[in-house]
Amino acid sequence: MARPTLDPAAHAAGSLPARTNGGTGRRSRRRRRQTAGWLFAAPALVAYALFVLWPMGLTVQYSLYSWNGIGASTWVGLDNYVQVFTDPELFDTILHAFELILYFCVVPVGLGLAIANTIRRIATTRLALVARTVIFIPQVIPLVAAGITWSWLLASDGLVNQVLSAVGLGGVTRAWLGDFGTALPAVGVIGAWVLLGLCTLLLLAGMSKIDAALYEAARIDGAGPVREFFSITVPSLRQEIGVCVTVTVISALAAFDIVYISTQGGPGNSTMVPGLEIYRQAFFSREVGVASALAVVLMVLVLACVLPVQRLTREAS
Amino acid sequence: MIVGRREAWTGRLFLIALMAVTIVPFVSLFVTALHPSGSYPLGLQWPDDPQWGNFAEAFRVSNMGALLESSALIVAGVVPVAVLLGTMAGFAIGHLRIRGRRALFLLFVFGLTLPYEGIVTPLYYQIRDLGLLNTRWAIILPLIGLFMPFAVFWMRAHFINVPEEISEAAEVDGANVWQQFWRIHVPLAMPAISSLAILLFLWTWNQFLLAIVLVDDPEKRTMAGALGAFQGQWGTNIPLLCAGALLILAPTLLVFLVFQRRFVAALLQGSVKG
Repeated sequence: MARPTLDPAAHAAGSLPARTNGGTGRRSRRRRRQTAGWLFAAPALVAYALFVLWPMGLTVQYSLYSWNGIGASTWVGLDNYVQVFTDPELFDTILHAFELILYFCVVPVGLGLAIANTIRRIATTRLALVARTVIFIPQVIPLVAAGITWSWLLASDGLVNQVLSAVGLGGVTRAWLGDFGTALPAVGVIGAWVLLGLCTLLLLAGMSKIDAALYEAARIDGAGPVREFFSITVPSLRQEIGVCVTVTVISALAAFDIVYISTQGGPGNSTMVPGLEIYRQAFFSREVGVASALAVVLMVLVLACVLPVQRLTREAS
Repeated sequence: MIVGRREAWTGRLFLIALMAVTIVPFVSLFVTALHPSGSYPLGLQWPDDPQWGNFAEAFRVSNMGALLESSALIVAGVVPVAVLLGTMAGFAIGHLRIRGRRALFLLFVFGLTLPYEGIVTPLYYQIRDLGLLNTRWAIILPLIGLFMPFAVFWMRAHFINVPEEISEAAEVDGANVWQQFWRIHVPLAMPAISSLAILLFLWTWNQFLLAIVLVDDPEKRTMAGALGAFQGQWGTNIPLLCAGALLILAPTLLVFLVFQRRFVAALLQGSVKG
């Protein structure tokens, strides 16, 4: 929107041409501010254009060619995209990314809601303040460190199996990250662990803003805790839930660090995700075109998942 | 409001369980790190003879001193510049209300959801053509660009609430826009700026993908990237790997514990705004 109609100063200057003195003064001040303003914005725009927008355009361009990164490239049109959607090795990575949403998003948000609701009443005690710091730690450490830690916990001699054996479930113990059936859920557990604290605290912060009178009114009307949760808490947290879902869905679809460290995509292809496949195709198989097509698909997928969530949760507020 | 006693107890129980789930993995890492190098201990087992030397050994073989220096250099290259550029652009869009600010702002916001994997391939060739592969600039320059969406978004949110009268008063006193920015607006924006700096520090320090793609030498990478190389090299020596992982995550943990209030607040606001 280029018309400065909302600016009262501009209105005043425009509608009172008789006061030339003040008018030109204001106008030249506005012009100075415009020029200065664009000079202020320019460096950020240049950095952004150079290292984000430009490579983004290049990704789209590369995706239409067959190129090994060294020699000449040949135009192949949409062939790389066809390959992404028909080659099971590539398409499965997208399916895996969606399965990870279950663990990275549904579990932390659902569990976070339940936990936040339970600790809501004691949120200002000293224990809760200590807990606030502690459950934030997974957010602060490098994801790589979380990956290494959990690779060890989930190993065949690791703590998870030790606990399972101790409670008499020795029969199900296994190398969780090395088993075709459990590797992807095991990666999901790592993501859930990383994101649970963040979601819980975000939701808790949202709950502290809900008017207590609402709950009292509900109690008087005879609503039980379950009814209260679904009729008051969840609807009031629309925006916070939206934030949690957005953040966690992006980290599921764009997962890289955790998978790279804990499984490298294996066993077989069972935990291969788009981010890691892009890395492998581009730098090991030297299929830059295919890697770029998958990258474009990934970027579009993220937008396609995030935009509706944003719309849904911002509308009401 | 009166808190039911039973409710309070379930709450406490949940909190303690949640804290345990968070802490126990680190405890397991810690006790494993104390076992003799190269042995195969159980997940949670206090060693007969704790090998505190493992930490020194991990410090030595991972070349921690050089790694800390490298990460610090990268942070020093990224954070001040990104914060400055973001603040200036946020000021232009939020306060100076330049023409076309909506389109410009949308353009920046568009980058907020971008997965880095989406552009890492062309970035590699771009950095190669600039002759910067395998230098710290290969991480510093792209990160400045990649942080722009969030930095601009964050600082605009601050400047949009600064009343116009402040600038008008300064103008009457004869200050030009540049002077207004430095003498009035930056000091007023300090809380927003410092939160932004904390977040960018954390995201730079923990950056992994750019580090492994653009820099081969672990000693020129970020801490997280170096940890990846450390795992590749010592992955089969579990006690040593655990000691190394603890050492490498210690700096962020320390910084976090020192600035925890600001950190938690910044991260919570950061994700709400993001």
